[in-house]
Amino acid sequence: MNFFHFLLQNHEQVLELTLEHLWLVGISTLLAVLVGIPLGILSAHRPFWNKPVLGTANIIQTIPSLALFGFLLPVPWLGARADRLAILALTLYALLPVIRNTYTGIRGVDPAVVEAGRGMGLTGSQLLFQVELPLALSVILSGVRVAVVVSVGLATIAAAIGAGGLGEFIFRGLAMVNNQLILAGAIPAAVLALSADFSLGWLERRLRPQ
Amino acid sequence: MANNSVIEFRDVAYVLPNGRPLLSAMNLQVQRGETLVLLGRSGSGKTTTLKLVNRLLIPTSGGVCVNGKPTAESDVIRLRRSIGYVIQDVGLFPHFTVERNIGLVPRIEGWPAERIRRRVEELLQMVGLEAQMASRYPHQLSGGQRQRVGVARALAADPAILLMDEPFGALDALTRDQLQREFLALQQRLNKTVVFVTHDLREALRLASRIALMEAGRLVTVLPPEDFLRSSEPLAAAYVRAFRDGPNSLTNRGAS
Repeated sequence: MNFFHFLLQNHEQVLELTLEHLWLVGISTLLAVLVGIPLGILSAHRPFWNKPVLGTANIIQTIPSLALFGFLLPVPWLGARADRLAILALTLYALLPVIRNTYTGIRGVDPAVVEAGRGMGLTGSQLLFQVELPLALSVILSGVRVAVVVSVGLATIAAAIGAGGLGEFIFRGLAMVNNQLILAGAIPAAVLALSADFSLGWLERRLRPQ
Repeated sequence: MANNSVIEFRDVAYVLPNGRPLLSAMNLQVQRGETLVLLGRSGSGKTTTLKLVNRLLIPTSGGVCVNGKPTAESDVIRLRRSIGYVIQDVGLFPHFTVERNIGLVPRIEGWPAERIRRRVEELLQMVGLEAQMASRYPHQLSGGQRQRVGVARALAADPAILLMDEPFGALDALTRDQLQREFLALQQRLNKTVVFVTHDLREALRLASRIALMEAGRLVTVLPPEDFLRSSEPLAAAYVRAFRDGPNSLTNRGAS
């Protein structure tokens, strides 16, 4: 009861931090999609780029998040605003699942279908946009789903460098040894993650080719 | 004679990047309106030969001419759209309906929608499919129906040349027989220049104007079916023997 009381009393702040959280996750996912899908296509079509691209994304993934925030802090333009920095860090983390799934999705298209398309005289971009990407879409989307779910969790750590989001409650709660505050951050974050997982999962199943 | 050849191979060799030769010293002319069957075992270079025509592969040396023009000099996209291509795995686009599959080349060629629709209707009828199939997806079709759609798709923009790579290879014997019969009837009507790949002598004898026998990346001989049956060429004779023994092997088995 106390917890709900707390939520009611602070609903404006909860809403504000939730929106901030969504914004961090939304922008970074968008950036990761814009950068990651072309990189995934590149590694699928040009085997030469496969190792460097996926390798780099893998390495980024292994950097502990708090350390990555720390590394980026001294970078001039970035370090000036905590939210820029948080968005870049979240984007970097989201890249791997997007790139990897784009790569896997495109490589997974039936070679006979690609060959038929080429033999019929589709240009490279017609083949990509009308055949390869539509057929890889559900796999790519499942990468985006993973990226979003991971980002929702990671974004709570962005509060450590002052980028806002639901992590604010969590860090404040930890400092004040106040479980209600921690829950006020953790529960909305969990709800966000679950609903993103559910809705994107639904979309993914809708788009899966027969 | 030379003027009448639609496809011409001149001293063509194809070597894989790793140095393995798949085709060597290939000289071949395909005449207008004939059905040239490339017969051979797997790995003999039949499919390689076919793919050199629509430049899915580029000759390592020598040249291929289509309609008198070296393929190396022609616009590869235009070239491919002017040649129908049917493969064993069909390669229908699983996310397109039958109608969109068949109408793909016309659509990217910018035909008006109404003309595409009429053409699809006409082609479905031509390959013996009901009009209501148009709205189906490939996974809702049987193997034979899928292959018919594959043929219809290859014919969509009315190409003068048709390349067929074991199109009936994956079908059951009855369906294959029926499609072969329909192919003959269709070919009589449309008079396309066809290059047809198979490993099955029966199919070759049935469909071919001439049979080009291939082995280990080389063209062994090119003969009309009736001459092929009487050929003294050792490999051709071996094929014919195996073919004639086919039905006998059953009685042999019964005797032993």
